[in-house]
Amino acid sequence: MSPSYTYYPGCSVQATSRDYSESIRAVAGPLGLELVELDDWNCCGATAYMNVNEVLSFCLTARNLALAAKHGREVCTACSSCYQNLCKTNRYLESYPELREKVNRALAEAQLSYEGGVETKHLLEVVARDVGLARVQELVRRPLEGVRVAAYYGCQTLRPTGGEDPERPTMLEGLVGALGAEVTSFPLKTWCCGGSLMGTNEKVALRLCRNLLACAADVKAEVICVVCPLCQFNLEVYQRRVNRAYGTHFAVPVLYFTQLIGLALGLRRRELGLQRAIVPPAGPLARLVGVPA
Amino acid sequence: MSESSAARVGVYICHCGTNIAGKVDVEQVAERARTMEGVALVKDYKFMCSDPGQDLIGEDIAREKLDRVVVASCSPLMHEPTFRAACERAGLNGYLMQMANIREHCSWVTVDKEAATDKATALVAGAVARSRHLRPLQRRRVDVNPATLVVGGGVTGIQTALDIADSGRRVYLVERDPTIGGHMARFDKTFPTLDCAACILTPKMVRVGQHENITLWTWSEVERVSGYVGSFRVTVRRRARYVDEATCNGCGVCQEKCPYKAPSEFESGLAKRKAIYVPFPQAVPKVPVIDPAACVYFKTGKCKACQKLCPTGAVDFEQQDRLVEIDVGNIVLCTGFSSFDAARLGAYRYGELAEVYTALEFERLCNASGPTGGEIRLKSGEEPRAVGIVHCVGSRDRRFNEHCSRVCCMYALKFAHLLKEKTRAEVYNFYIDMRCFGKGYEQFYGRLLDEDVRFVRGRAASVTDHAMNEGERGRLVIRVEDTLVGQTRRIPVDMVILATGLEAQRDADEVARRFNINVGKDGFFIEKHPKLAPVATATDGVFIAGACQGPKDIPDSVAQASAAAAQVLTTLARGSIEVEAATSVVDAERCSGCRLCNTLCPYSAITFDAERGVSAVNDALCKGCGTCAAACPSGAIEARHFNDEQMFAEIEGVLHDVHA
Repeated sequence: MSPSYTYYPGCSVQATSRDYSESIRAVAGPLGLELVELDDWNCCGATAYMNVNEVLSFCLTARNLALAAKHGREVCTACSSCYQNLCKTNRYLESYPELREKVNRALAEAQLSYEGGVETKHLLEVVARDVGLARVQELVRRPLEGVRVAAYYGCQTLRPTGGEDPERPTMLEGLVGALGAEVTSFPLKTWCCGGSLMGTNEKVALRLCRNLLACAADVKAEVICVVCPLCQFNLEVYQRRVNRAYGTHFAVPVLYFTQLIGLALGLRRRELGLQRAIVPPAGPLARLVGVPA
Repeated sequence: MSESSAARVGVYICHCGTNIAGKVDVEQVAERARTMEGVALVKDYKFMCSDPGQDLIGEDIAREKLDRVVVASCSPLMHEPTFRAACERAGLNGYLMQMANIREHCSWVTVDKEAATDKATALVAGAVARSRHLRPLQRRRVDVNPATLVVGGGVTGIQTALDIADSGRRVYLVERDPTIGGHMARFDKTFPTLDCAACILTPKMVRVGQHENITLWTWSEVERVSGYVGSFRVTVRRRARYVDEATCNGCGVCQEKCPYKAPSEFESGLAKRKAIYVPFPQAVPKVPVIDPAACVYFKTGKCKACQKLCPTGAVDFEQQDRLVEIDVGNIVLCTGFSSFDAARLGAYRYGELAEVYTALEFERLCNASGPTGGEIRLKSGEEPRAVGIVHCVGSRDRRFNEHCSRVCCMYALKFAHLLKEKTRAEVYNFYIDMRCFGKGYEQFYGRLLDEDVRFVRGRAASVTDHAMNEGERGRLVIRVEDTLVGQTRRIPVDMVILATGLEAQRDADEVARRFNINVGKDGFFIEKHPKLAPVATATDGVFIAGACQGPKDIPDSVAQASAAAAQVLTTLARGSIEVEAATSVVDAERCSGCRLCNTLCPYSAITFDAERGVSAVNDALCKGCGTCAAACPSGAIEARHFNDEQMFAEIEGVLHDVHA
């Protein structure tokens, strides 16, 4: 029986990160995952809104949780921001009855209510734990042999904490290893990429990205593997600007873990949205991805 | 039947300063109590436990002919004996006094004043109703066995054992390691005086080994405890050492010739020891043990080099564990602490980065008899150019232990001093607060400031070998928010010492159960009273001393050791002690002989009389817990002082204002 989840895509995955969305859809079937998209979902407010209006931000996420509660399944999301907001909302509503009451007054306007209890998981955890590394390994058709991968978590997946040591996580390395790739050490694997700071204080965000790219270059990674749309966006789209600002020559592709899984499962380039990459893969990875059609 | 229809109850309501009166309207409670059945007089007073408060009770018993007394004040844990004694001085049996706890159970935990006053009234009503059914009980005295069991042979256990043994009484000292000495034997210097730990400890260890009144059993553990204060029976497992203690003369040939090695526990794994070993040269007793996990004979059946070469024939591969039973009157637990496992704190990468050390490892690294002969060197053999000491590792951290471990600031200063003395390294301390509270400690801190040690205020965020510039390459970098400068900093060093905190022993829970005492939220044993009974426990005759009660430095541990010894000697000087009168009794007429209570009794106080087919309670063993009375299907067991009649009366009293 395939495990079934209520899938909450979030806006980024739908828009700026279509390659993430495409690769998620592409690998779900082969991994035996049923991802049922939550009907009528709304934006979670991302990282910014929580700092603008906390209560409203909780209401936004609570609406999604209230809708999800009707289905009785665990919620799964692939975006670290969404994941953090879902976890945080659950935690806060559980801990602060007054807040819960306020939020429920707002939900009542939409004939909804939420009393907590909807478990939320990041897709990484679903694949690494629920599907399991052993099963993933069985499914590998084309091991990512010789590809040096830096496993990068970012900050938001780890801080609400799904049972991983937030200072020394190992789940992503385990998964990448199961795909047959060579996992490099990546000392900055839990450091922040700058997140939405890229929109408000670019200078600081570029420096944070520079640190990560330099670290990846240091450990001779051929690809940075990410689990969050914003991490991917900052590290890849802004890579040229980092180079311009710091006089560096970074050219490291930044791929979603689902894209790497897809490659290892033998899926094709376009199925995984790999044609959308801005920084093109090189070396053994390029051979796996194949020549652009 | 026991209710004296003419009961004259005196009710005393304590203000406890503002502790009670600040929340409970005591005058109103008094007013309401006046209308309760059987109440002859009601008084409220600022401090009932004071002399005038106690005198009040005594005078009223005489003048007003009171035959029951209710004191509404604090928890009976502290002052039940006080008020019982006050009654007894006036000729009223102490068991005719009933307390109502309107402080811990009411004023301290209630926000609303009116609700607090109502609750206090209900508790007083319950106590009054119950008091009318109380019956006088007589306490008995039991003899105290003059021998004492001391568990744990660190500095605390050593001091306790010596103090008691010096008075001429027998002490059994049980230690689970092969030698006594504990953590202190592994330290280099001691703060703030910088005297050598071994130099001050080993003479005491030797004295323990030679003392005519001390029976020392190392490599041994207490397996079972039964009995009660004055006469405990203790079963000790004497683990097989594979070396006969009586025959071994400690020559050390076996250790020298043994071809197999394992990491030395004493050297924190920084050096090896043999499979047959004495942990360190000054060990007491200086009798080796064989570690079967490392010994090749136990794996392959071949070798026996030690046995062949032993000049006294002391090596005995056939030796088995032995269970030994001893009788003692008192028990002192000095089981110490365990060091926080630094590998749990991922950010400091202990176990991954070779130059990250724990405090205990560093103690050995600067000890003249340690693995480097006291030279502080990196694994490469070079002298470190800079060393970072990270404070509060596993302490003051909600993820691990909330408590402050009390000794780390000071031993960190000691380390800094030793580094300055022995190397040219720059030394950084990363601290949250400097806690230098003991005698001479603040002065020591001042001295270190003069020695040019750097102090960075902020909890170190992480240790990494990831270089972000050329200056960091090949070194370790400590990231920290310097809260005095208001900036995050990256400080390159060559060696990191983690000031690991003190935790309860990993099996503290189990040990507590074995000795029938309690552990707190932090995992350490709980004392009877945090201020006024710091070495006693809730179980009479079982005392605690040293770091098993909470993190402690050497002076405090030794002080507690002597305190516990004094407590034990108090009971020994008298030769007997009073035991609780509120015990259970079986009504033989109603007992069906089902024996359910026999197995339930946690104190093994109930035996079965096969001839008569009924069970009976041994008064001396019974602690009055009431388990048997609650379980007896025939209702044949009465818990004296907590019988059904008394309990129902109290419930009715508490519910005095509830109407069906």
